[in-house]
Amino acid sequence: MNTSLVMFLVFIAITLGITYWASKRTQTTAEFYSAGRSITGFQNGWAVAGDYMSAASFLGIAGLIAFYGYDGFMYSVGWLVAYLTVLLLVAEPLRNTGKFTMADVLAFRLRSRSVRTVAALSTLTVSLFYMIAQMVGAGSLVSLLIPQIGFNTAIVMVGVLMLIYVIFGGMLATTWVQIVKAVLLMGGTILLSVMVMARFGFSFGTFFDAVAGVTGSFCEAGTPKAGVCPDGSAPVVRDYTQPGLYYHGQWGPLSLISLGVALIFGTAGLPHILVRFYTVPSAQQARVSVVWAMILIGAFYIMTTFLGFGAATLVGKENIGVMKDGALVPNQNLAAPLLAQELGGEVFLSFVAAIAFATILAVVAGLTIASSSAFAHDIWFNVVKGGKEDEREQVMVARIAAGVIGILSIVLAIALRSLNVAFLVGLAFAVAASANVPAIVLTLYWRRFNTVGMVVGMLVGLLSSVVLIVLSPAVMGIDPPTAAARHLIQAAPVFPLDNPAIVSVPLGFLAAVLGSLLTRDPAAEAAYSELNVRANTGVGAV
Amino acid sequence: MAGEEIRGRAPDPVSPGDDWARVEADPEFRALVRAKRSFLLPATVFFIVYYFALPVLVGYFPEAMGRDVFGEVNVAYLFALSQFFMAWILMWLYVRRARGFDAQAERIAAQVRGGAR
Repeated sequence: MNTSLVMFLVFIAITLGITYWASKRTQTTAEFYSAGRSITGFQNGWAVAGDYMSAASFLGIAGLIAFYGYDGFMYSVGWLVAYLTVLLLVAEPLRNTGKFTMADVLAFRLRSRSVRTVAALSTLTVSLFYMIAQMVGAGSLVSLLIPQIGFNTAIVMVGVLMLIYVIFGGMLATTWVQIVKAVLLMGGTILLSVMVMARFGFSFGTFFDAVAGVTGSFCEAGTPKAGVCPDGSAPVVRDYTQPGLYYHGQWGPLSLISLGVALIFGTAGLPHILVRFYTVPSAQQARVSVVWAMILIGAFYIMTTFLGFGAATLVGKENIGVMKDGALVPNQNLAAPLLAQELGGEVFLSFVAAIAFATILAVVAGLTIASSSAFAHDIWFNVVKGGKEDEREQVMVARIAAGVIGILSIVLAIALRSLNVAFLVGLAFAVAASANVPAIVLTLYWRRFNTVGMVVGMLVGLLSSVVLIVLSPAVMGIDPPTAAARHLIQAAPVFPLDNPAIVSVPLGFLAAVLGSLLTRDPAAEAAYSELNVRANTGVGAV
Repeated sequence: MAGEEIRGRAPDPVSPGDDWARVEADPEFRALVRAKRSFLLPATVFFIVYYFALPVLVGYFPEAMGRDVFGEVNVAYLFALSQFFMAWILMWLYVRRARGFDAQAERIAAQVRGGAR
């Protein structure tokens, strides 16, 4: 029997045990959405890290570094520094003024119905994009590592498991699944890093010498064919310690900066991360959560260089992929698993595969609970029912919403399986940065902000990021007929940058500010006093 | 829409009524907000500038950034690595300062709760 399969089953058994335990402690809305606020800051720090370190970062970054060297590391940097925005500006006031969802903070002093409708729309958009990317990744990963399980079976398996965690165990089960996953992921990454360094006699000098021995090449414009660039010049050759292998040419630097904008501001607008701060009892514990999350996430992303450079030196870019019809089809996601195989054989490969699987499951569960609370608490309870309290009904609606969202994401993931959906993660970050973050920051720190500003800002941020990404090289492109993952639109891109954030974030802020300045809402300004006092002192926090 | 007037705040067990503006004008509260701002604003500006210096320099000056400092370790890698330590140090500085904010906030909160009774 396949060792990966055995390890998967062990993980599934443990998490189902957790879910059974949690299900008996999940009846009220506070329990379902926020684990009864019973999680400690330390535990929540692990859970935030678990929610955040997705398959895109574990497998994707290692792959990006293995294929493009230094430039892949740029993602790692942004993903940690982003937490300073969360720590300094968002986590504590959010915990002090909100209850269950991102929209709680926005609706605090603005007109509830319009604000919650738009905020829930944005939450559902961000979470669904993110979820589809994770599910498609899960499908190809599981079917690749355990050939007995097909692509569709893998997606359905992931979908059903995440629904069991969320529907029966609510936030409590989701939190502990994330903690278990984060421990596994950190353990596996430390082990892999140590094993990589052992190959180099634990000498960074030797390691970097080896990395500098690996080279890649690119053309300033176009892709090289038979060693010659389209304009007839020879391709530029750089070693793996040098920048430029991924981001180069006319739009390279601007793409890199735009990615930075999306990462640095987007994290503070990811609903599945924000709702984690409601699971702790106080703003102080929310701060402790961010501190632990930053320690773990930082250590993890520094280690991604060992994995990526390790795969580049010990496995070799030319060997990272799957054999198909006698030829190797490159696959970045396999850098970490193949490195594990190189270092520790089949058993270690299975271990890493099981970690990747656990990673995806935990992240999709977190996304599902964030979207189900946005639907049940914001749309159903506050907009449709006008805020009339009925605990049992609301929990029931949240469970049904989780089911619907889960099934929807399974269906969409299967429908989009042959497309390159990696851009969806970038899109989720861009929408979060352009639509959610301006609204959150302005309502907390600007008295004059009002409902019109929020609605206009959010819609402009959401639409501009979606439209620009559809026109960008992430979605538009002309693929050769042999390409494994095809672009959604087979045409030359209109917008030159991979990530729209450098345009859409300023647009979102501008629209929010203009919308507020052009209208007046004395009630929103008056209510700022209450928000200000409560955000800063914790008076009346639930 | 009639329901539009409902503001979405959570039910408040310790509301001092319409006196939020009074608390906001209280010298102790204003001191807290000022103290927080005098840390948070420069800290935020600093980390944004420090962070964006990396993609700007790496993107526009890849040759200069690719220069080796010792062995094969170059400026670009060291600068990227320094971002992690920058984030951790700023985090530590904030946590240290925040203990003072907590004590101030707790005093104000106690007054507000006392006044509500």
